[in-house]
Amino acid sequence: MSSATRPAPAAVGVPAARRRPRGGSWLLGAVVPLLLLVAWQLSSTLGIFSAYQLPPPLTVLDAARRLWLNGTLQTNIAISVQRVLIGFAIGASLGVLLGGLTGLSRTLDRMLSPTLGAVRAVPSLAWVPLLGLWIGLGEPPKIVLIAIGAFFPVYTTVFSALRHLDPALVEVGRAYGRRGIGLFTEILLPATAPSLLSGLRLGLAQSWLFLVAAEIISSSVGLGFQMTNGQNQGLTDQLLLAILLLALLGKLSDVVLSLVERRIARNRS
Amino acid sequence: MPAVPADRLTLPQPSRATSPVGAAPGAPTGISAAAVTLRGVGREFPTASGSHRVLDAVDLDVAAGSTVALLGASGCGKSTLLRMVAGLDRPTSGAVEVAGTPVRGVSGRAAVVFQEPRLLPWRDLAGNVALGLPPGTPRAEGRAEVLRWLETVGLEGFAGHRPRRVSGGMAQRTALARALVRRPGVLLLDEPFAALDALTRLRMQDLLDDVQRGTGATVLLVTHDVDEALHLADRVVVLGVPEEGAGARVVRDVHVEAPRPRDRADADLAALRVDLLDLLGVPRAQRR
Repeated sequence: MSSATRPAPAAVGVPAARRRPRGGSWLLGAVVPLLLLVAWQLSSTLGIFSAYQLPPPLTVLDAARRLWLNGTLQTNIAISVQRVLIGFAIGASLGVLLGGLTGLSRTLDRMLSPTLGAVRAVPSLAWVPLLGLWIGLGEPPKIVLIAIGAFFPVYTTVFSALRHLDPALVEVGRAYGRRGIGLFTEILLPATAPSLLSGLRLGLAQSWLFLVAAEIISSSVGLGFQMTNGQNQGLTDQLLLAILLLALLGKLSDVVLSLVERRIARNRS
Repeated sequence: MPAVPADRLTLPQPSRATSPVGAAPGAPTGISAAAVTLRGVGREFPTASGSHRVLDAVDLDVAAGSTVALLGASGCGKSTLLRMVAGLDRPTSGAVEVAGTPVRGVSGRAAVVFQEPRLLPWRDLAGNVALGLPPGTPRAEGRAEVLRWLETVGLEGFAGHRPRRVSGGMAQRTALARALVRRPGVLLLDEPFAALDALTRLRMQDLLDDVQRGTGATVLLVTHDVDEALHLADRVVVLGVPEEGAGARVVRDVHVEAPRPRDRADADLAALRVDLLDLLGVPRAQRR
C-alpha cells in the first residue's frame, strides 16, 4: 500500500497488456489440459497402463454418466461442496477475527501467536482421530477439520497485512477523526482487502485439501469417500472421476474469488 | 476514460487577483477562523541514549484568519509543532490551544494536509474529499459540499477519478479539498507542495493564496522554502536551534507587510529573503 502515498503518476490510459482479449489467455491455459487428455488417451490405447491402472477417458465419462443416473454423483458433489462451504465460512471468519485481533494488538499477538503457531504445525491428518474422539461421527468433525484448514492461511495473511499497513494512511484516518470501528471499517479493512482476498483464496484451496483428508478417513458419502470406495472396490474410473471433479470444483471456487480480487484491484488503479 | 493531466488546464491564472475563490456572495464557506496559541511548548522524544529534545519552550500566537509560515531547517521540529496543533501528538511541556481551548486529541477544529497527498486508493477523488466531512453531515449536503470544494480547487469533472490516475498536483489539490470540506478553524499544511515539480508548486501556492483569502481561514504553513513563505504568509516564524544539543525555539518572527496577492518579483521582499536565508545558514557569498 505504500504506493498510495507516492505522488500518483500522470494520468495514462489502460496499459496495453490489460487490453489483450481475455479469450486468448483462456485458450492458452487450455493447452496443457488438452495435451494431458491426449497423453491419457494414448497411454491406454498404446497399453502403457492397463485399464485397471488407468481407465481411458471415455470409461471415466461413462462412470460419471452411470453415477449421475443413479444419483450418487450429485449427492457426493453436493455434500462435499456443502462441507467445504460451511467449514471455509467458519474457518475464514475466525481467521479474520483472530488475525485482526493479533494484527492490531501487540498484547494479543504476544499472548496468542505462539499457541496458534504450534497448532498450525500439527499435520492435518493428526487431527482426525482426536476430532473423532471429541466430536464423534457425522458432519461436525469434518466441518471442524476443514475450518482448521481454512483458518490458518486467512489468519496469517490478515495478521501480516495489518502489521504492514501504510502508517501514513492510518494517520490520515486519525487526522480526520477516525477511531475504533470507524478507523477499522473505513481505513484498515479496505487497506488490507487485497491481502485478505489472497488469504481467502489460499484458505479455500486448503479447505478442499482438508475435505479430502476428512472424507477419506471416515465418511460414507462425498467425493473423498468416492475415492476410497473406488480404490477398495477396484473401480479406478470412479477414483479418477473423483480426482477430476475435485480439481474442477477447487479451480471453479478459486475463480470466483479471483474475480472478486480482480475487481478490487481494478477499483484502485 | 483517459484522464487529462489538468494542472495546466483548470486554473485560469490571470483572473485570480480579482476573484478569490470561495468568496462568492451568497455562498458562505462555513469556515470560522480560529486563533492558535502555543505557550512554552516543548517536546522530547525518548531514544536509546536518553531523551532527545526537539522543541524547547516555543511561544507562538497565530491570529485568527492570518497565514503564518513556519520556516526552519530539516528536522528542527516544524512538523512536530504542526502535529501537536492537529492533536496527532502531545507536547511534553507547555500548552497548545485552538480557539481558546486546549487541544486534546484530534478534533474538527483543525485539518491537516501532509507533504504527500495520502489519498485512499480505493476511493475516487470525491470519496477521498468526503473523508474530511464533519461527522453527522447529512448525505445530500455532504455530496454538495464535496463537489463545491472539488470545484474550488479546480477539479470539477474529476470527482469519479481514482487517485492513481491523476497527477501529483491534482492529488494534492484533492488533499486540500479534503481538509477544507472539514471547515477547519485552522488549516495545517505540512510542506504541502514540497514533493511537487517547480511549476505545479507555484500554481498550488497561488491556489492556496486564493483559497485563504476567499475563506478567511487561519493557515499554519510548515515549509523550508523561503520564497513560498514570503509569497503566502502574513508572518514568517523561523524555528532554529540556538546552541548545539538544545531544542528548537522561535529565532525570528517577521511580519510581511506587502499586500497579498503578491508579485513574485516584488523587490521589497528581496531584502527579507536575504535576511531569512542568512538565518537558515545560507550565507550571502555562496548564493551567487
